[in-house]
Amino acid sequence: MLARRVLIGVPYLWLLVLFLVPFGIVLKIALSDYALSIPPYTPTMDFSQGWSGVKRFFAALDLENFWFLSEDDLYWKAYLSSLRIALISTFLTLLAGFPIAYAMARAPQEWRPALMMLVILPFWTSFLIRVYAWMGILSNEGFLNQALMGLGVIGTPLTLLNTDIAVYIGIVYTYLPFMILPVYATLERMDESLLEAAEDLGCSRLSAFWSVTFPLARPGMVAGCFLVFIPALGEFVIPSLLGGSGTLMIGKVLWEEFFANRDWPVASAVAIVLLLLLIVPIILFQRNEQKQREANR
Amino acid sequence: MTSSLDDTAFAPWKKADAVPLIRFEGVTKRYGDFTAIDNIDLNIYEREFFALLGPSGCGKTTLMRMLAGFEDASEGAITIAGQNMKGVPPNRRAVNMMFQSYALFPHLTVYDNIAFGLKRSDMPKSEIAGRVEEMLRLVQLGKFARRKPHQISGGQRQRVALARALAKGPKLLLLDEPLGALDKKLRQQTQFELMDIQEKTGTTFVIVTHDQEEAMTVASRIAVMDHGRLVQVDTPDRIYEAPNSVYVADFVGDIDIIRGHVAAVDGDIAEIVWAEGKPPLRGTAAPGLSAGGPGALAIRPEKITISKDDPGAVHNKVRGKVEDIAYLGSMSTYVVLLPDGVRLKCQMANVRRISRRGIAWEDDVWLSWTDTAGIVLPE
Ligand SMILES: Nc1ncnc2c1ncn2[C@@H]1O[C@H](COP(=O)(O)OP(=O)(O)O)[C@@H](O)[C@H]1O
Ligand SMILES: [Mg+2]
Repeated sequence: MLARRVLIGVPYLWLLVLFLVPFGIVLKIALSDYALSIPPYTPTMDFSQGWSGVKRFFAALDLENFWFLSEDDLYWKAYLSSLRIALISTFLTLLAGFPIAYAMARAPQEWRPALMMLVILPFWTSFLIRVYAWMGILSNEGFLNQALMGLGVIGTPLTLLNTDIAVYIGIVYTYLPFMILPVYATLERMDESLLEAAEDLGCSRLSAFWSVTFPLARPGMVAGCFLVFIPALGEFVIPSLLGGSGTLMIGKVLWEEFFANRDWPVASAVAIVLLLLLIVPIILFQRNEQKQREANR
Repeated sequence: MTSSLDDTAFAPWKKADAVPLIRFEGVTKRYGDFTAIDNIDLNIYEREFFALLGPSGCGKTTLMRMLAGFEDASEGAITIAGQNMKGVPPNRRAVNMMFQSYALFPHLTVYDNIAFGLKRSDMPKSEIAGRVEEMLRLVQLGKFARRKPHQISGGQRQRVALARALAKGPKLLLLDEPLGALDKKLRQQTQFELMDIQEKTGTTFVIVTHDQEEAMTVASRIAVMDHGRLVQVDTPDRIYEAPNSVYVADFVGDIDIIRGHVAAVDGDIAEIVWAEGKPPLRGTAAPGLSAGGPGALAIRPEKITISKDDPGAVHNKVRGKVEDIAYLGSMSTYVVLLPDGVRLKCQMANVRRISRRGIAWEDDVWLSWTDTAGIVLPE
């Protein structure tokens, strides 16, 4: 009985230590005020003054930073622009990932593990190095421009690096496996005879795809979209390395608040709002998972 | 007992002027250098309930898939209703198939599964609902129209698959081991329902099965297959009573096989020498049997009489020792070992109380049967 409780307790302990406690700390900082001190905010809990110290501490917390976020339109623009970039790149990832997953699921059985390896392979190199590699590919003198000019497709180099396009490319490239794997999993599970049944009942190959394959792959696509969308929304590395000065993403704003402005309270408030924004898709994602589990029962 | 069907009975294969719905002419199907279907000629007529019977891997599904349009014949021609089907895709054939796995669309309700084919046909939208309702009534699933396939039982799924395949009113319905996943009782019940539905709709059914009892129950004719070849195509009673080979005899029902040498053929009766120093046994000669070659006498266990006393003046009598007795309620099966090592099964109806029959394990007994009870087959 005790052992059971301990066993059940472990995941909750993880949740407490790794999520709730840090969240509490960030929330507390978000409610504090900026100060030129170490740490760079006030108030801090002072237990030496006893109960009145605790009361004074709580009295000094307020929502000022959140008001500030709503007043300065930089933040709203950054949130909206992150949302836009995350949505578009999620869609692009789906567009690129679906055919790959489809081809993998249709490949001969004995090839599939190897294909799966190829999809996962990039994870074996550092993410940063891979993004740097894209800088080398996309810059004005980069491989892509050289190749295109060498082939005579273009006369002058395309400006790709430090634009939104480079950010899209970076996000699609980085998160593609997260799209391919769940879509592949649903497609691979699909019974081949369903397509034959559809053809038998009057579908052409194409309409069999749209009326059978596509709806059956939907749970996988939804899962993949969330797995891409959620991290893409708060993405920081890709926009700061590949994006330009015009690329506004909330991850970048957050970084600048923390490290350039050293305004921890505002930065924490930005993080909290981002978290709240993310909770919506996360809940939707879990619903999707649950629905799928029920359907598979 | 050859079938004595009169002219009014349904037997289009006997009429010289009947035009078959399906015609296989020299059809061969190869996968690489493996021959799955080997030079088959076969006619199937309208309104037939035609069964393909054979062990697993003999090519039943392949034959069926060629009719549905999923496979093309490597050689030969398949015509359906006078049209050569070469290169005609499945969606352009008036043929529907009920799949071995049912292949119901898991994301659609029972209703939408049945409506699937109709929505892709030229049926006006307004008539679709009526047709689906009709199909639901036919398979008695009205109450389950809104359920998804995973919310109904195996037997119900099987009916949905049937209704879906019948909804478009195909000329030909293909059923690939339709009852394989059902338990025995449900199977038998469904067999009768299938026959009923076939009669009501007037559709030609081609059914695949590896269960000879099922084939015997439902079919108007049976094709027994072996390694991609048709061994015998005939009515169930002929397949049972007059198999044309040891293979067919052995495959369909319980049978005793006594191997030997065809000593003489005299009209309908053939004699087979089966053991040295023993009188030859007699049986009906299979068509085309000639004396001099190896042969086998095949006889159904229920046609053998067992007794403790010498049956007297009959040609076919052998002595042996009772090795096993299985009491099956209305019947008992005796396994009798002959001195030569041949084992024969004999089945007797239990008309008398079992204690009074007086045959027990290890008893010496006589087995006997009439001249025409068995059939002598070439080997
Ligand atoms: N697509 C295929 N490729 C290669 N061999 C096949 C293929 N389909 C069936 N076969 C072979 O053809 C033979 C007949 O198969 P099938 O028609 O499915 O048998 P049945 O339905 O009578 O069990 C089997 O030996 C099977 O292995
Ligand atoms: Mg089969």
